[in-house]
Amino acid sequence: MVSGITRDWLLSDSPASRSQAAWGRRYRLWLQFRRHGLAMAGLCVIVFVVVVSALAPVLATQNPGAQDLAARLAPPSAAHWLGTDELGRDLFSRLVYGGRITLGMVLAVVVLVAPFGLAVGCVAGYAGGIADKVLMRVTDIFLAFPRLVLALAFVAAMKPGVESAVFAIALTAWPPYARLARAETLTFRNTDFVAAVRLTGASASRIVLRHIAPLCLSSLIVRVTLDMSSIVLTAAGLGFLGMGAQPPSPEWGAMIASARRFLLDEWWVPTIPGLAIFVVSLAFNLLGDGLRDVLDPKQS
Amino acid sequence: MIHVADLRVRFGQNEVVKGVSFSVPRGASFGLVGESGSGKSTILRAFSGLNPAWTGQMTLDGEKLRPKRDKSFFRRVQMVFQDPYGSLHPRQTVDRALSEPLLVHGIADAQPRILRALAEVALPQAVRFRYPHQLSGGQRQRVAIARALMAEPEVLLLDEPTSALDVSVQAEVLNLLADLQQARALTYVMVTHNLAVVTHLCGRVGVMQGGELVEELSAEDLRAGRTKHPHTADLRALTLNLEEPDL
Amino acid sequence: MLVEIKNLSIRFPTPQGESEAVRGVSLSLGQEKLGIVGESGSGKSLTARSILKLLPGNARISADRLAFDGTDVLAASEADMRAIRGRRAGLILQDPKYALNPVMTAGSQIAEAWRAHRPANARAGRKEAAEAAVDLLAQVQIRDPDRVAGAYPHELSGGMGQRVMIAMMLAPSPDLLIADEPTSALDATVQAEILRLVEDLVSSRGMGLILISHDLPLVSHVCDRVAVMYAGQVVEELPAHDLRHARHGYTRGLLECLPSLIHPQKRLQVLNRDPAWLDPIGARG
Repeated sequence: MVSGITRDWLLSDSPASRSQAAWGRRYRLWLQFRRHGLAMAGLCVIVFVVVVSALAPVLATQNPGAQDLAARLAPPSAAHWLGTDELGRDLFSRLVYGGRITLGMVLAVVVLVAPFGLAVGCVAGYAGGIADKVLMRVTDIFLAFPRLVLALAFVAAMKPGVESAVFAIALTAWPPYARLARAETLTFRNTDFVAAVRLTGASASRIVLRHIAPLCLSSLIVRVTLDMSSIVLTAAGLGFLGMGAQPPSPEWGAMIASARRFLLDEWWVPTIPGLAIFVVSLAFNLLGDGLRDVLDPKQS
Repeated sequence: MIHVADLRVRFGQNEVVKGVSFSVPRGASFGLVGESGSGKSTILRAFSGLNPAWTGQMTLDGEKLRPKRDKSFFRRVQMVFQDPYGSLHPRQTVDRALSEPLLVHGIADAQPRILRALAEVALPQAVRFRYPHQLSGGQRQRVAIARALMAEPEVLLLDEPTSALDVSVQAEVLNLLADLQQARALTYVMVTHNLAVVTHLCGRVGVMQGGELVEELSAEDLRAGRTKHPHTADLRALTLNLEEPDL
Repeated sequence: MLVEIKNLSIRFPTPQGESEAVRGVSLSLGQEKLGIVGESGSGKSLTARSILKLLPGNARISADRLAFDGTDVLAASEADMRAIRGRRAGLILQDPKYALNPVMTAGSQIAEAWRAHRPANARAGRKEAAEAAVDLLAQVQIRDPDRVAGAYPHELSGGMGQRVMIAMMLAPSPDLLIADEPTSALDATVQAEILRLVEDLVSSRGMGLILISHDLPLVSHVCDRVAVMYAGQVVEELPAHDLRHARHGYTRGLLECLPSLIHPQKRLQVLNRDPAWLDPIGARG
């Protein structure tokens, strides 16, 4: 009964407040999104990983750092659900705690990168002229660096670790967002509705912040979601090369790196974190595809 | 109220408005007709401040206009666009669109003003929190008109306000514009290609061709066929041919 | 009969259930000019496009009979429809900008249309096709057909683009031309020229024409017969010269709410929509 009222309230044709209208719009998008089976699967996986990472202290059967050299490289069993690594640490517990590091890195990169790229792109696109040229050439310079190489150099110059890895990835991840936001801004800049806002006498910053940036947001969200998988991979790559999270922290890429010697005999030790990386990045990709279908204004 | 003298607008090498002059007294309506590319919309955009690249003289109420306008100008002059689908922000509700001018100009009591504005353009209260895509073309154009009136301007620039609408809706919007002009003593400058529409709303009509104002005449003269320039006569003949094919 | 439509219904699924956009429309067309007039959303475009089976993917269509020159369109396969579309029936759209390929010259697009629809036993060479294209451009009264043939769509004005579009549709010598708001993006002078051109071509080639528009006077000017659609139904069908004697309230309302150049009114009449207009009219014989 309660849910019926809520649904009608959300789908109402004549909402009674701005927030009802906004929630109604979101609910309609959600209804659309729900029809994409694969995207929903991606969302479920990500929610699952987030929940598991958040509850890591509860779910982990053992301390992820606790060594038990007697039981090293053990196959999956009742005591060690996914087996143990070369120092006898419980792989399941390490995997669960590792999710925190990986997701934390992804989140940190996105929080750093998305608003910055959006701001640079919107300002460049709306201001045009010299500001546009300068901002876009800087963007081009960063775009020209190979991501992993720049990240490696950056991390090598600082001290290896999670924070440096996050900064390194952020440094190379923002230019595509700036380009995207600029392209979107250019399409909106000369529309009548922006002209109408200009004719109210609104300042340029108000127009960009309140009218143009919100429109760029949806394609940015799509792009960010699709990019998350590559952030996961870069983070794991840096970990694998020893430039990201440092042992003994259970980062997935570092776990593979330290266990790669055992790939032939005790194959599950490197394979399990590999599978985790694969599943999470695939889930982000599927989610991004679904979001694109729902949010991309060019397709609707 | 409005005085334009020797207005010239250039897009790169192209001069699209070549020395146009006209004036509109307070409370009157002036129509600019012509084909696409004749420069009629460009004049409107230059006057509104959307296009700063012009030379010549434009005054509003005796006050000289400069290419860059200040806020007070936008309280006095507002514009309604042709395409009701493109002139409303797709992610903003009607309420938000109408409150924007109030926020910019720091005008208080938004709530009663928005309700009054909706009533004035004959829109039901139910549309207040709808998004543009939930409205019909005619309703959107009413919202656009209501938005233009929020800051209580004296001059309304109308850029083909009805050409994207169905004829039944066109009649309603034209009646609405006529009522609003009476009630608020507004000054209109309207751009259109439709002679019947322009003579219905405007007392005086300027005919544009190739960036020049080739003739200015009263609506009565245009109706009666007292035209001087052949282009005016051509446009009139085309309209008549459709209206009264037997003549 | 070139086109026979009997009791056509087109429905779209919506979250609130099915909505019927076209409700029991019956029309027929020989070698004549039929106008379909109505407001946006009245179903006029859907009705005309159903003849070519060019409807949005989620449309559900049913009819007692829907036939093009004896071919049952509802039963026809996609391959059969491709043979009809373009070759036997052409469609002219409102904005040539979106209908023409931006990276091909006007001439090569027309030539391609001409070649694609040649019968299998009369394959033609490139040169021949290019000549045919220039000839077609001359037929749509383009003064400098050689230059226009080499031009890209963005180099053409709106009226010129529409002429190219018409030339392309004429290439395979179709029996039917469907023009969906062909001139509403054009200036009055150009509009008059294009319509005169279409009128002449249709008469001289003995084609059928369906002209879809929201402009009642314009349609009655060009066509022999006018069907007026309201909310998915044909509410009135009458000879174009009898427009003044229209009986249905909607048709009369549409005519009365037009501003007039020579008959000034203090206030325009507005259309008072009678709910009874929505009542089903029922399939007619």
